[in-house]
Amino acid sequence: MRPLKLGKHIMKTTSVIFAGAMIAALAGPVSAQTEIEWWHAMGGSLGETVNKIATDFNASQSDYVITPVFKGSYEETLTAGIAAFRAGEQPNVLQVFDAGAATVIGAKGATVPVQDLLTENGVSFDIEDYISGVRYFYADSDGKMIGMPFNSSSPIMYYNVEALEAAGVTPPVTWEEFQDVTAPALVEAGYIPLSQSHMPWVFTENFFSRHNLQFATGNNGYDSADVVINMDAPEIRDHFEAFKSWIDNGYAGFYGAGWDDNATPFEQGKVAIWLGSSGSFGGLQQTAEFDFSATYLPYWEAITTEPKQTFIGGAALFAMSGQPEDENKATAEFFRYLTSPEVQYMWHQETGYVPITEAAYEVAKADGHYDRFPAAEVGIQQLSLPAGEWTRGYRMGFYVQIRDVMNREYTRYLTGETLLDDAFTAIKTEADELLSRFAQTQG
Amino acid sequence: MKRAAFSQPLMPVALLMPQLIIIAVFFYWPAWEAIYSSFFLQDPFGFGSNYVGADNYTRLAKSSEYGKVAGFTLFFTVVVTFLSLGIALLLAVKADKVIRGAKTYRTLLMWVYAVAPPVAGFLGGLLFDQNIGPITDLFAFFGYNLQIGLNYNDTAFAMIVVSVWKQIPVNFIFLLSGLQSIPVAVREAALIDNKSGTRRFWDITFPLLAPTAFFLLIINITYALFDTFGVIDIMVKGNPASNPITLVYKVYTDGFRGNDLGGSSAQSVVLMVLVLLLTVMQFRMLERRIHYT
Repeated sequence: MRPLKLGKHIMKTTSVIFAGAMIAALAGPVSAQTEIEWWHAMGGSLGETVNKIATDFNASQSDYVITPVFKGSYEETLTAGIAAFRAGEQPNVLQVFDAGAATVIGAKGATVPVQDLLTENGVSFDIEDYISGVRYFYADSDGKMIGMPFNSSSPIMYYNVEALEAAGVTPPVTWEEFQDVTAPALVEAGYIPLSQSHMPWVFTENFFSRHNLQFATGNNGYDSADVVINMDAPEIRDHFEAFKSWIDNGYAGFYGAGWDDNATPFEQGKVAIWLGSSGSFGGLQQTAEFDFSATYLPYWEAITTEPKQTFIGGAALFAMSGQPEDENKATAEFFRYLTSPEVQYMWHQETGYVPITEAAYEVAKADGHYDRFPAAEVGIQQLSLPAGEWTRGYRMGFYVQIRDVMNREYTRYLTGETLLDDAFTAIKTEADELLSRFAQTQG
Repeated sequence: MKRAAFSQPLMPVALLMPQLIIIAVFFYWPAWEAIYSSFFLQDPFGFGSNYVGADNYTRLAKSSEYGKVAGFTLFFTVVVTFLSLGIALLLAVKADKVIRGAKTYRTLLMWVYAVAPPVAGFLGGLLFDQNIGPITDLFAFFGYNLQIGLNYNDTAFAMIVVSVWKQIPVNFIFLLSGLQSIPVAVREAALIDNKSGTRRFWDITFPLLAPTAFFLLIINITYALFDTFGVIDIMVKGNPASNPITLVYKVYTDGFRGNDLGGSSAQSVVLMVLVLLLTVMQFRMLERRIHYT
């Protein structure tokens, strides 16, 4: 996940086109170099960091040239990649987000599994090198890594330090503590206690993981495409019922399904606690004018006393198939460069996305990054909490549409347009129907 | 009577060819593709497709959500068409009477025409933003909490305002030139017959304006149905959730965002048929009553 800034996006597009054109112009005359293309969805300051990685990679050696191209939102990037693939003009590297994983991994033959790509091109690969939270989300059911985790994040809880001090409370560990102690004190101190920016991701997918609940049949969808979603679980219904009661009595602010609409009040200092992405850290450092910190997502003590890890959100890089061997070699070399501890540490520092390898995490620790910014470590720590049976992630087809249905019905329920039962019945029915349609396409 | 004929039979065909090719490539071919894929369920990457018969259509017929979107589309189209034509007509009639500074006045009214729909949507998005929008602040001043993106009615209101604002100048230009082409002699004759400005407008001016208005009606309905896409896309910030959307936007979200090509194709076929019916109906019912001079 990542925050989306519209204005920056547009500026970003032009500067990326510029950067791309410059790289292309520079690379033009030197025909001995292998050129590869990388389509991504990183706007704003994230896009600048992506360009920096590409420029540094091109400068680090003389055999390969990578050109990053900004393709818009995650959804737009995936659609552009699919359309290009069907026209036989796919890029070498395509960034695909968590919700699109089933689509791209289900389409066997669309991508070269990253594990095969690396080993075939003489780049050493050991899945144990990666931190545990990122290892298997983009893997197939046998545990073979298909997509290279790139911008990996997890939902965490940010809080306004001054606000909590003013209210005389500490960050809540459980939701019970939040509603009994934290929220009333924050309201007293003149703050809106809570907002969150992504209901399907923070309050649904990772809710199931944090409480170690099954999200879908067939091993959360990893074993088969023909599955049903567990949206009739009483725990998730109770959670949303509680969330609505918080909105109704002023314990939480709800500003719709938009990411920024919910993040802005926190940045403005009106909301005291915000559930966002660990990848929002870099952006918050620039926009928030108050002292903020972060900690783990709260859990319901009534559901579990042993909360588990969350899994990664964000996106992965997929090597598209149908490319000449020398270009695949270039892609493998780029992945080698990208996963090196130094590059991962730079990416982590600039953006707040977690470093994906143990080695990079060690470099960050040794450099004292977490002594300076303790909040920057929360994402990776939360991903490294004890794993449970249902914490690996999920794999469901047409999941972008399923998320849209969740957002639609949750919003209707929270604004009083519909009842809890009707909302959850609609989500369950429509999601199962979409899943069975997707299963049909997978034949 | 002698029929005009080409001596070479190939000549007319050759003359028609460029136009026919363009229609074939940009209309018949895509339309055929849409009809064809609406009977299949496709893997997004194109590796496989299953024939599912009319499944994609029956699914639409059963979906209450699709019905809601269709209902909003109808409401949206009627309101946007009515308001943008009505306001433009009012402005055109008033601008027609201005004598001093007429050019400046007209230019100012036409200005907005240069704004592209996505830019209009972007401006609207900023003006109506929940947290930083000046229009939201204005409403808050009068004690109303405007919440675009959260409240269904508020979002619909903002979409309509931006869409109407964007369309008024086009209508204004056409209506003004329509008004100015009404002969002065006719107007003067009417003035002798009746002193009431309102009566003269409805009895003389409006019927003479009808050909222009009819043309604009079709243009405006098409605009509200299709060209408002950019406005809607920016206003919902790519996240439709419970916000109002139109049929065209739903084709996009299901097909291009959700990668369900079969279902999305079925929707565009439905839309194609609707537009066809609408156009036939308009010409059958309305055009008869209009007198072209």
